[in-house]
Amino acid sequence: MTATEFALRTDGVGKRYRKGWALRDCTLALPAGGVIALVGPNGAGKTTLLRLVVGLLAPSTGTVEVLGHDVTASTPQTLSRVGFLAQDHPLYKRFTVAEMLRFGRACNLRFDQGLAERRLAKLGIPLDRRAGTLSGGQQAQVALALALAKRPDLLVLDEPVASLDPLARHEFLQVLMGAVAEGGVTVLFSSHVVHELERVCDHLVVLNHGRVTLTGDIDTLLAEHRLLVGPRTATDLDRAGAVVEAVHSDRHTTLLVRDGAIPTAPGWQAQPIALEDLVLAYLRRPSEPRAAVTSGVAA
Amino acid sequence: MFVFRLDTHSGVPPYLQLVQQVRQAVLLGFLQPGDRLPLIREVVEDLAINPNTVAKAYRQMEQENLVTGRPGQGTFVNEQQSAAMSASTYTSLRRGLATWLRRAYAAGLDEQAVNALFTSVHQQTRNEDVA
Repeated sequence: MTATEFALRTDGVGKRYRKGWALRDCTLALPAGGVIALVGPNGAGKTTLLRLVVGLLAPSTGTVEVLGHDVTASTPQTLSRVGFLAQDHPLYKRFTVAEMLRFGRACNLRFDQGLAERRLAKLGIPLDRRAGTLSGGQQAQVALALALAKRPDLLVLDEPVASLDPLARHEFLQVLMGAVAEGGVTVLFSSHVVHELERVCDHLVVLNHGRVTLTGDIDTLLAEHRLLVGPRTATDLDRAGAVVEAVHSDRHTTLLVRDGAIPTAPGWQAQPIALEDLVLAYLRRPSEPRAAVTSGVAA
Repeated sequence: MFVFRLDTHSGVPPYLQLVQQVRQAVLLGFLQPGDRLPLIREVVEDLAINPNTVAKAYRQMEQENLVTGRPGQGTFVNEQQSAAMSASTYTSLRRGLATWLRRAYAAGLDEQAVNALFTSVHQQTRNEDVA
């Protein structure tokens, strides 16, 4: 792959605040055209990474390259290709929706106001309402319509659905996925809700304690991991280093393995693992530094 | 129009779920040759699903010769080479399974035990076929 086939590349990125490192040794290569989920518990460094990507923060170490350009040297032209939706979909509460759109047009090099108006009309959101009087779901939709009106090549969203009820969440994702279907936009969003990620993402980055612990194409990751269930055993099964997690009960042992490196002995059953369980297993691993597991992207 | 569903807890990748649903519908006759599948866009907006996933499923179905995409028109179900299972085979397999299930429940197995048994035997049979 050439540089431009990656929407985002980071190399050894770290960010240090006064209290310590929020992010360390972050090296990623995320393909253009995909939907990438950034997953991790609160405080894992997700927001820090997103703010580094959109140029709101400068890295303490390493480099961040967005759409083939170094972010720290980014020009208004590069920035106009990146959309950012901060946590809780901030809007000027006393502005009407129409005023928010006019504000968006005035502040951006590229802004398709007609597109935003059509999207909002389709959702039945009146333009003359003040933003503060809309429901949470509607405010999220207005913020999304504003971000999409930039026709960004990379759209970055910080916890876009965390505060929404299930119906509003579904509607938000419908619009977001519809925008991806129209083509041309790479979506990077953070979430601490792992459930239902599988349907919206094709790429995954798991952050824990400021480090990347797992990254790759989701189908590849799922194909590479297996749950092995068999009789309880005390022998060291992890000679190949492929065991991600071992859980023992009285009579049987459940292993999460990668690469199918352990041959299936008699009495053992292999099962596929659900994405949610895979992510949780990696989040449960101890936090000492170790190389992140990377999949699906040629180095 | 064919409607897809998604089971987010099955552990089966979403694109494979879509492929399996079409395969199954063709096998059972719910989808007939010439039927049009929904547009990728329609599936995306219906399920709130990643368009790349739907595109991947459609590509896979084309590779399997299950469907043909015609640019500008849509994706259509093909005439199946290995003709869909005959109705009598289907009925007899179904009846055999129903008989077995009734025996299993009569023996005191619950749904989970039945599934576990089925999966275990299924896997064993598959391994034997490979070996």
